[in-house]
Amino acid sequence: MTTYLLQGGRILDPANQRDETADLWLVEGRIATRPTASLQPDEVLDCRGLIVAPGLIDMHVHLREPGREDKETIASGTRAAAAGGFTSVCAIPNTTPVIDSQTGIKFITSRSQTDAVVNVFPYAAVTKGQKGEELTEFGDLLQAGAVGFTDDGRPIMNNQVMRRALEYSVTFDTLILDHCEDLNLAEGGVMREGELATRLGLRGWPSVAESIQVARDAELSEFTGGRIHVMHVSTRASVEIIRQARARGVRISCEVTPHHLALTVEACRTYSTNAKCNPPIGPESDRLALIEGLLDGTIEVIATDHAPHTEMEKDLMFTDAPNGIIGMETAFGVLNTVLVRPGLMTLPDLISRMTANPARLLRIDKGTLSDGADADVALLDPEQVWTVDPERLHSKARNCPWNGQQLVGRPVATFVGGELIYRDGRILDPAR
Amino acid sequence: MSDATTLSHRHLLDVESLSAREIHLILENARGFKEVFTRSIKKVPALRGKTVCTLFFENSTRTRTSFELAAKRLSADTVSFSIATSSVNKGETLIDTARTIEAMGIDLIVMRHPESGAPHLLSRRVRASVINAGDGTHEHPTQGLLDAYTIQEKKGGFEGLKVAIVGDILHSRVARSNIQALTKLGAEVTLVGPSTLVPRTFAQFGVRVTHQLMEGIRDADVINILRIQRERMNTNFFPSIREYRLLYGITRERLKSLKPDIMIMHPGPVNRGVEIDQEVADGPHSVINEQVTNGVAVRMAVLYLLAGNLPSSQRD
Repeated sequence: MTTYLLQGGRILDPANQRDETADLWLVEGRIATRPTASLQPDEVLDCRGLIVAPGLIDMHVHLREPGREDKETIASGTRAAAAGGFTSVCAIPNTTPVIDSQTGIKFITSRSQTDAVVNVFPYAAVTKGQKGEELTEFGDLLQAGAVGFTDDGRPIMNNQVMRRALEYSVTFDTLILDHCEDLNLAEGGVMREGELATRLGLRGWPSVAESIQVARDAELSEFTGGRIHVMHVSTRASVEIIRQARARGVRISCEVTPHHLALTVEACRTYSTNAKCNPPIGPESDRLALIEGLLDGTIEVIATDHAPHTEMEKDLMFTDAPNGIIGMETAFGVLNTVLVRPGLMTLPDLISRMTANPARLLRIDKGTLSDGADADVALLDPEQVWTVDPERLHSKARNCPWNGQQLVGRPVATFVGGELIYRDGRILDPAR
Repeated sequence: MSDATTLSHRHLLDVESLSAREIHLILENARGFKEVFTRSIKKVPALRGKTVCTLFFENSTRTRTSFELAAKRLSADTVSFSIATSSVNKGETLIDTARTIEAMGIDLIVMRHPESGAPHLLSRRVRASVINAGDGTHEHPTQGLLDAYTIQEKKGGFEGLKVAIVGDILHSRVARSNIQALTKLGAEVTLVGPSTLVPRTFAQFGVRVTHQLMEGIRDADVINILRIQRERMNTNFFPSIREYRLLYGITRERLKSLKPDIMIMHPGPVNRGVEIDQEVADGPHSVINEQVTNGVAVRMAVLYLLAGNLPSSQRD
């Protein structure tokens, strides 16, 4: 196995509160911070001017396999991840069939072994078939390799089912991840309710459709002691509910997407279906509240909710097009451009929310550059100016609201388990 | 860039993107075309050799006929497509149809569609000019323009004029186009209806919002009454037609307490006895029939002005 010496980069390892210019060795698939004096590198990478970070973790990715391989596959989705500096992704189980059995988890893990270029951690559904009725076999699924449970895409409306899910999750101290949406309030809504939706004549999705369910989840988590994670939080009120619940010790966490941090409802003004997502993007006041929540620690994680769709599906009228935005390949560029460069957030803070924090919530041994850790590393160039070209994305999908836009900051190399799998826009298919 | 006699748009998708100057330009041209009606030969050769296609994904005999008549009076050739849509393939049908129309060399497409934004999608795909003849609950620009034309003709102008729009504003494309046109032209617009159908977001449109009928229409110079759709009852936007009529119906009795020269408008088709009494709809204050006449003139103006903006390969 190639021994790499990453020379002279800015090492950012939030798990160890490390931020310094130093060399980093990747030896036998592991991080070596104190290599033996006699060690000779096979390859030296000049990392001056680059960030050397733990490989990023995306805890919310739709890989679409099995079932919708026309939108994305484990092969294509993990390549998009690698191009975005991600070395670990969590696969959402709303596939066809739904991942709700040990067989399903085993399909994901075995297919990942042959096809994936980054680590894939599968979630299992909370309820069988994501129908919101009967719980899946949490114990069996965890043993098979699930790292958490979610019915994402199909909100659990029944409070009793959610209560039991959270209560049962205590047995294993595992994480329940909820897509918070009151389906009655949101019915027919295609963009955030408000002035622009009224102007465009599009059915509004009211902010309370989310915050009511967030409040419910906080209450049930407090009542049962189960760990709840709110996915893709999008409103000011939701952030405030989570902030207050955390202050009184409720085991509630949440994530926010780059698109909710970078865009406002204005992105829908031209009926652009690439800005159509669920939960829909809100106004500037919500965006600012999300950034505030990210800075004060209420929001611990940034996750992309990478949701690929075919061009044919997105090339429809706004009402008919499916919800979703692809986000892994643009995540670092968008966040660096929107949060770091204007001085809203430091790079170490940003990286912590994409490495150490999700690893801690998921209880996976990732997201660190500690000596001996798996050599999952992202080299990020915070100064590189580039234009998002939909034809050069590694995802099968093109539903990206930043197509054609200029971003500052780009991953330049990605290592998974000590292997260089991505460099300067190209996937280096490893023999694995 | 545009001068004072052209539109700066290739398509007419909504009134929101028109300037006050452009609205005035359309109204001025409409005045000229209306004169054509009074001649024994009601036809001018302005669009000879051009082809106008009406593409309706939703039934509307009135609007379609009005556009077809407008096109014929400009000497254009007209063809019509009506497409029944199923809920699954609406989008694909639209794109496919657009390609077909493109291949037939059509110059102007007049489109009606049940979904907001559909003409915007079409306009990005075709070389032809697209005229929105009503999209979902978004806009119905020619209706807004013909209502403005009718008001100008009867009232002389817009400055300081008080116009009340009464009814289901939330679901009305006619209301949106009227709001856009009238506020740009300087009228004072008041929206009237229950708070479910006139939500507070409308206050951001530069209009006054009230939920009390008499408060909204007492000082009005013009009342534009919208059709109330029974199906909104099923989703609890209002509890019953009976209560709606009691609270917001423009009745004979209410008419008596309004300005003596009050002008009553309705885009049609009218639900007599629901949002408006028969006697009011057919009475001396009503301009409902003039609206229909003016509709043809305004649509001639729109077709004429957009034809002038066609790419040179499509010009004579």
